Amino acid sequence: MSGKATRQAFGESLAKLGETHREIVVLDADLAKSTKSELFAKKFPERFFEMGIAEANMIGAASGLAFAGKLPFLCSFGCFLTGRYDTIRLSVAYSQANVRLVGTHAGVGIGDDGHSQMGLEDVTLMRALPTMGVFQPMDARETELVMDYLVKEWKGPAYLRLTRQNLPDLYPQGAVFRPGKLMSIRQIDSSRTQVALIGTGAGTAEAMKAAQLLSERGIEAQVWNAHSLKPFDEEGIRQMAPGLKLIATVEDHSVIGGLGSCVAEALSQLPQHPPLVKFGVQDLFGQSGEGEELFELYGLSGRKVAEGVERALKSSH
Amino acid sequence: MNQKSLASLIADLRVSIIEMLHEAKSGHPGGSLSAIDLIASLWFQEMRGVESASQLAQERDHFVLSKGHAVPALYAVLAEKGFLPKDELKNLRRTGSRLQGHPDRVRMPIVEASTGSLGQGLSVALGMAMGLKLDGKKSRVFCLMGDGETQEGQIWEAAMAAPKFGLSNLCAIIDANNGQIDGPVSQVMPIEPIADKWRAFGWHVLDIDGHDLGQIQAAYAEARTRAEAGSTQPVLIVARTVKGKGVSFMENQIGWHGVAPKADEAKRAIEEIRNGNGGNSK
Repeated sequence: MSGKATRQAFGESLAKLGETHREIVVLDADLAKSTKSELFAKKFPERFFEMGIAEANMIGAASGLAFAGKLPFLCSFGCFLTGRYDTIRLSVAYSQANVRLVGTHAGVGIGDDGHSQMGLEDVTLMRALPTMGVFQPMDARETELVMDYLVKEWKGPAYLRLTRQNLPDLYPQGAVFRPGKLMSIRQIDSSRTQVALIGTGAGTAEAMKAAQLLSERGIEAQVWNAHSLKPFDEEGIRQMAPGLKLIATVEDHSVIGGLGSCVAEALSQLPQHPPLVKFGVQDLFGQSGEGEELFELYGLSGRKVAEGVERALKSSH
Repeated sequence: MNQKSLASLIADLRVSIIEMLHEAKSGHPGGSLSAIDLIASLWFQEMRGVESASQLAQERDHFVLSKGHAVPALYAVLAEKGFLPKDELKNLRRTGSRLQGHPDRVRMPIVEASTGSLGQGLSVALGMAMGLKLDGKKSRVFCLMGDGETQEGQIWEAAMAAPKFGLSNLCAIIDANNGQIDGPVSQVMPIEPIADKWRAFGWHVLDIDGHDLGQIQAAYAEARTRAEAGSTQPVLIVARTVKGKGVSFMENQIGWHGVAPKADEAKRAIEEIRNGNGGNSK
């Protein structure tokens, strides 16, 4: 696959922002090579803290650094970070600490390492915390834009979810980044549109593939990307819904509490709305395998999404 | 402030704790009374830049109460120093009050860290000390923990990290009252030899009587002197205390961990504090 892993784009962006934003400090828990925080560490060793394999202390220390006026980015695999939930809840979220939690190795897409290394419930956990923002870019360019936003504008705690694997470049050339808003990345004349596919992170590329496959079979689908799961663009969903036969979400995350839930929560406020199909990990744990094979197995590859959408359209007739 | 006037002031603070808890009808007398000598000595003798609320310095020392349930002791001190109107103490634990049952830094920034889920405050204090050191500031950070609290794994993650970063600007204190909800610490989950454990982790450890104002002041002074002399070691003070100190029927009684005194009990407690020496053993 062409393109870049969003963790790589994050590491490059962080090292660049570190030049102009001296308040940035970075903490890692023995995974700096994997999270790509090492790019910052090499450039600004005095502002990088290796905290060892001790995530809870890293999280609390990041809050302390924030209280001392710093802007800490703390990095680990998403599952390891969000597993220290009580510390995030009290020392970060309740305290409104200006901390950026960066969870890489999102979803089954990481492949070989398997169940214990895959963040699959991290979005659910972070969304449930008051004051916490939750962001997940779809490609390298969007990662840079989200990073810019998190450094220059966002106040309070935020969780940034990133992939291990490369993702194709999807960000439309010259498009204006609107923080918190859904972005259309495949526009179809509304009179011909039957379906809206909404993706986030690695799911967006699969939604694009699905739209292509569906188009070959005479079904036209818009594709939208959600870089922000909290705040979530509920208004965007309400505007998109009328006239559609189906909405489908695609995410490499549990369908309980992730993007699918965000969309369901928005749709449920409408008196009438199209049915929603949630592609993602269906209340299951991960396992070892090739990332692309796991996308097939868990039903979130472009092909599986296209098949599922076609099936859902037929059954709704 | 000299020891004699501090001792008399602390007696007032003990009374204030009893009154607050009685008014709120809930809270934690045992751990508040065991910690008050340690907290008051810090705020009235040791900490720099917090001489009074109106003179709060930009560069000042910081205090994190990791054993958040002892916050009535901190509120009593803050009210005495003018950070809160004394009148407001009666609002402890009331709906809408900033005097939350456990410290809340958003509602009341002077408490520095939101705590109450045990084991977290030392990490926050560590981060503050790292930030201050990075900026080359002379300010120091104090963190008060419970002895039972050190059963939390996160404490030991922080204990491992502080010497690595050479944080002589960090001074941790353990209020070792040997009491926790389910019984004596020595039975629930033994932590001894606690001083040796922290020494082995690379801390400079002092073991003192946590109700002897002279020993407390000397220990804080030693931590400061070491920091000023360029030590790279964080300091831990193990302060041996008595749960419920100053009120005979509360002393060493686990039952008084988290129960507020009723009217007659509060009256007896206050009389004892007034007639006694305020709880200080020396």
